[in-house]
Amino acid sequence: MNKVLLGLLLGAVLGAIDGGSAWFTPAVRAQIVGIIFGSTFKGLIAGVAAGIFARKVNSVPLGILFGLAVGFVLAFIVAYLQHGYYLEIILPGSIVGMIVGYATQRYGATPAPATH
Amino acid sequence: MKFLSDSALERLRDAAEVPDLSGTRYRLLDRIARGGMGVVFTAEDENLQRRVALKVLDVPATDGDLANRLLREARVLAALEHPGIVPVHDVGTLADGRVFYAMKFVEGKRLDKFIETVASVPDRLRIFLRICDAVAFAHARGVLHRDLKPANIMVGPFGEVLVMDWGLAKILRAGFSRGANQVDPDATVFEKPKQSASAGDATEISVVTGHGTVMGTPGYMSPEQARGDVEHLDARCDIYSLGALLRFLLTGRPEAASPSNGSRLDKSLAAICNKATADLPAERYPSVQEISLDVSRYLDGLAVGAHRESLFEKAGRFYRRYRFFILLITAYLAMRVLILLFMHR
Repeated sequence: MNKVLLGLLLGAVLGAIDGGSAWFTPAVRAQIVGIIFGSTFKGLIAGVAAGIFARKVNSVPLGILFGLAVGFVLAFIVAYLQHGYYLEIILPGSIVGMIVGYATQRYGATPAPATH
Repeated sequence: MKFLSDSALERLRDAAEVPDLSGTRYRLLDRIARGGMGVVFTAEDENLQRRVALKVLDVPATDGDLANRLLREARVLAALEHPGIVPVHDVGTLADGRVFYAMKFVEGKRLDKFIETVASVPDRLRIFLRICDAVAFAHARGVLHRDLKPANIMVGPFGEVLVMDWGLAKILRAGFSRGANQVDPDATVFEKPKQSASAGDATEISVVTGHGTVMGTPGYMSPEQARGDVEHLDARCDIYSLGALLRFLLTGRPEAASPSNGSRLDKSLAAICNKATADLPAERYPSVQEISLDVSRYLDGLAVGAHRESLFEKAGRFYRRYRFFILLITAYLAMRVLILLFMHR
């Protein structure tokens, strides 16, 4: 599977799971659908970014760092808009970014060079 | 009557070995080694100004059996143009009547010496795969090596792996075009025991029976080769040697260790070695590509064809392959549990 597609799928799945975990927080349980949608979208963006990065830079440590940074920034934006739950949103979001960054570097296929 | 001392005899023998290179473009530099048929020297090619290795026949004979064998070895090598096979540059007869051929001078270490500096199993397996590439190429050209052993593999300073000493090679397709799988009647090689510095070392001795039909090296020679069944040898005899070579790379010995020795060889790798060195050729890998593929699969963390894994072994392999990924997911889940436990009490 190519790096961008892998990042996209993994980001979406992990984002959805991450969002779904909000169900365990009774205070936000009523908004669970919106949270899952938002989190999935956040995961998609992080996954695509990590996939594109993995195509340009072939380095697992840098991929992990990039995923961590993207996950952190996106989660921070979401937490900022929520006016709270910073730790609960930023920490898992950053780790999801790291996972996607690692997976795209390690398991994504490099596209074959074009032949003429 | 006065007898010559041993050292004087040794000096005379050395002097007699020195080839007469007058009239050639080579200048003798040094003696490297002695083989069954002749001596290998280093020389300088004065036209191209580079070092070459010269394999020179022991005795002056331009049309004898030994000369034909040396020429045949040179032609086999010339037909096998591959990065893993030492290239031949020239062949001819010296002024003293001895047949010679010039080949690339390989600066490097013999595999058995080189491997002492390589600790990691994956690195050893990658060396093995390069040997397989060269042997597979020779098989595709209809040539069996028949004497694959660590002493016949050189590893160069840039990691290049070269299969040497094709003196026992058997041509399955003569010319090499007499027809696929047709046995060359001249291919039976009568090999004298090789003299080496460490004569006690089993890996160094090529064996011969009274009729000279057994050739190869104990531990690396397939049972059918040891029986002298030369007419029925095929690629699987080299596959046996490759299996023994793989076991040597992994354990330091070509033979399977007895259970009491408590071999720590991984089960999949042990299964690959055992399949390649099965007594019956039909039970071995059918081609070099197959053994190469199994080793590559092992390196990639995949199941190998030679070993049927238990569920526990499959789980262990899956964990080893995806270890970091599993750790990241576990870290994520652990962190989620901690947040639930401590943030929402």
